Amino acid sequence: MSGKTVSLFIQCLVDTMFPETGEAMITVFDKLGIPYDYPTGQTCCGQPAFNSGYTRDAAAAARHFIDLFEDTEVIVCPSGSCVHMVRHHYPELFTDDPAMHSRALAIGAKTFEFTQYLVDELNITDVGAEYVGAVTYHDSCHLSRGLGIAAQPRVLLRNIRGLELIEMKDSDTCCGFGGTFSVNYPEISVAMADEKIDNILATGAGTVTGCDISCLMNILGRISRRQKDVKVRHIAQLLAGPTGGKA
Amino acid sequence: MNDYSKEAQKALASPRLQASLHTLQDRFGKGAMALWANMEDQEMRRRVKKSRLKNLEHLDILLAELARNVRARGGKVYFAETAQDAIDYTLKVARDNKVKRVVKGKSMISMEIGIDPALEEDGIEVVETDLGEYIIQLAGDKPSHIIAPCIHMDRKQIGQLFAEKLGMDYTDDPPTLTMAARKELREKLLSADMGLTGCNLACAETGHISLVSNEGNIRMATTMPPVHVALMGMERIVATLEEHRETVQLLTRGAALQKLSTYVSFTGGPSSADDPDGPKEFHLVIIDNGRAKILADPEFREVLACIRCGACLNICPVYGRIGGHAYNSSYCGPIGAVITPLLDGINKHADLCKGETLCGACKDICPVQIDLPRMLAALRQKLAYASDRWDTRQHNPAEAYGFTIWRLIITRKPLYRSLLKIGRLFQRVFIKKNNMISSMAGIASGWTDGRDLPPIAKKTFTELWEEKYRNRQAAAAPETEENQ
Ligand code: SF4
Repeated sequence: MSGKTVSLFIQCLVDTMFPETGEAMITVFDKLGIPYDYPTGQTCCGQPAFNSGYTRDAAAAARHFIDLFEDTEVIVCPSGSCVHMVRHHYPELFTDDPAMHSRALAIGAKTFEFTQYLVDELNITDVGAEYVGAVTYHDSCHLSRGLGIAAQPRVLLRNIRGLELIEMKDSDTCCGFGGTFSVNYPEISVAMADEKIDNILATGAGTVTGCDISCLMNILGRISRRQKDVKVRHIAQLLAGPTGGKA
Repeated sequence: MNDYSKEAQKALASPRLQASLHTLQDRFGKGAMALWANMEDQEMRRRVKKSRLKNLEHLDILLAELARNVRARGGKVYFAETAQDAIDYTLKVARDNKVKRVVKGKSMISMEIGIDPALEEDGIEVVETDLGEYIIQLAGDKPSHIIAPCIHMDRKQIGQLFAEKLGMDYTDDPPTLTMAARKELREKLLSADMGLTGCNLACAETGHISLVSNEGNIRMATTMPPVHVALMGMERIVATLEEHRETVQLLTRGAALQKLSTYVSFTGGPSSADDPDGPKEFHLVIIDNGRAKILADPEFREVLACIRCGACLNICPVYGRIGGHAYNSSYCGPIGAVITPLLDGINKHADLCKGETLCGACKDICPVQIDLPRMLAALRQKLAYASDRWDTRQHNPAEAYGFTIWRLIITRKPLYRSLLKIGRLFQRVFIKKNNMISSMAGIASGWTDGRDLPPIAKKTFTELWEEKYRNRQAAAAPETEENQ
């Protein structure tokens, strides 16, 4: 096991709306004996600004993040899209500033998505969790296409006792979130969410999970509006087992 | 509401269109992804991409070589800087040859420059000979896919259209309909004075252009009439025949999962003594119409590597819901969302720049791996901060102001935390029994009109950390300073 202290990079949506996901991550790390800390000055990685074209504002967020996390050993985040932002877009934001550019590259190199860190860095594929029921998994875009992470969450899920993983149709098709897209073009966004939800419902699974709260929030929001009886859980919550955050 | 959203709503409300789009994407989108995954030569896509980019670097030299070789064979080459130049030239050729009827091969650039209305105004009959385009023309409609233009119509509609326009008995039997179209088109093809086509690829080394088709109409349109005018986007060129071979293969695979289309027509000049078949005159119109400007900008140059296979439409989840008409352009789908603003104005097509989720599926499926999502983000940047180079003004000052405030907040954690506390107080009235917020005002209604939103948690993770976890981790790394 790596003796590195993990610095928790808690996505703003997790911090403000889904803190149980962060706590679930802590539960898993505790169980595995992985030390961690939490730089409390962290806020948002800057993705909303970046995706909307406001690169200067995104660069301010990037500087804030880099200053805060620079001295950490390794950074782990329960959100694929935030990791993608740090790894791939932070360096792009500083192409005219060599010093910041190399700082961004260095930060990116030690930033990992949660399941990727467990499986690829620590070689952990079974965290000893239990979750009874059928679960289907949504491949979020920046995680699966941007970071190439698709096998890692699945192996972790398959090793959860009592959990039956049922693949949905088009699991890697976008859920329609897209940041500000979801409020600027709600009809398209909701239609895409509906498509995703229909595919989820078709599996008959009682729970849908994924590695990105933003997508899960979109799916949850629409499931709740359609009053469907499917639980939406971040993968950390399933991996934390019965104690993994609130229901 | 903007036109993009309005058209999108119309498309979403049509079960027929939704069904066609599903069929299209399930077959061709997934098919292309499977093709790429199973292709023996996994380097091919990268190789072709590299050659496309290399050719863009030397575009001037290649175009000169192409022109030289076409002219040597007796063809005429005209460089059109603008759409109007291309139209004027083509009209002149038509007038000089007293053309009454033009038969067309499927060509997106002809729509881009708007040549049909110009010819028609001159009293010339224009007939589309690609079956899909022919149907669109009969219906007085617009194409909604760059390869399958009438994907938004089903065979019942087409049957009704044919009954009405061709005076035949109603049928929705595809072979019968195809035969009816074939009969009509054959007459037109045999009696046309001029063939007007696009150009899938030109080859500098050999001085020819090639056109792919599955119906044989292009072969007839380029050889039967006495005059052939080919309209070519100036970026559609390869250096060598070897590059041509690979590029065409990627094109037909991406477009229709075909190793090669039924027909690939090579054309490089008028007929001659030792090559008696073909037109008496051959004109190649090489069109800039905004491409040189794209070429000059390293941020967007890559988009000129596109070979217009349409594969990105077949996987895009946005196109898959809204179809092609919402894009209000000759080019729709992900490629349309990037190229249309660049050719026709970023402000004018702001909704195309902003109306995608940046999911990245288009980049994955693109035979030449064009990073369309990156360029969409770059287009948004022009809208965010304005751009002299692209003659673009700030699109939404209120949004820009919003992000300035956002920046102030997210770089100051104490402020961020205070605002969350205030938000928590305010949200109380909105929280419903299911612990969700289901209606909000202003832009936020974009979320809650169709979805619920979880409220700000009773305690944020930061607060929980301070209360429950910080001390448990006393031995761990020292706390980082809050704020900056
Ligand atoms: S961007 Fe790529 S996938 Fe889309 S039409 Fe062009 S070549 Fe085909």
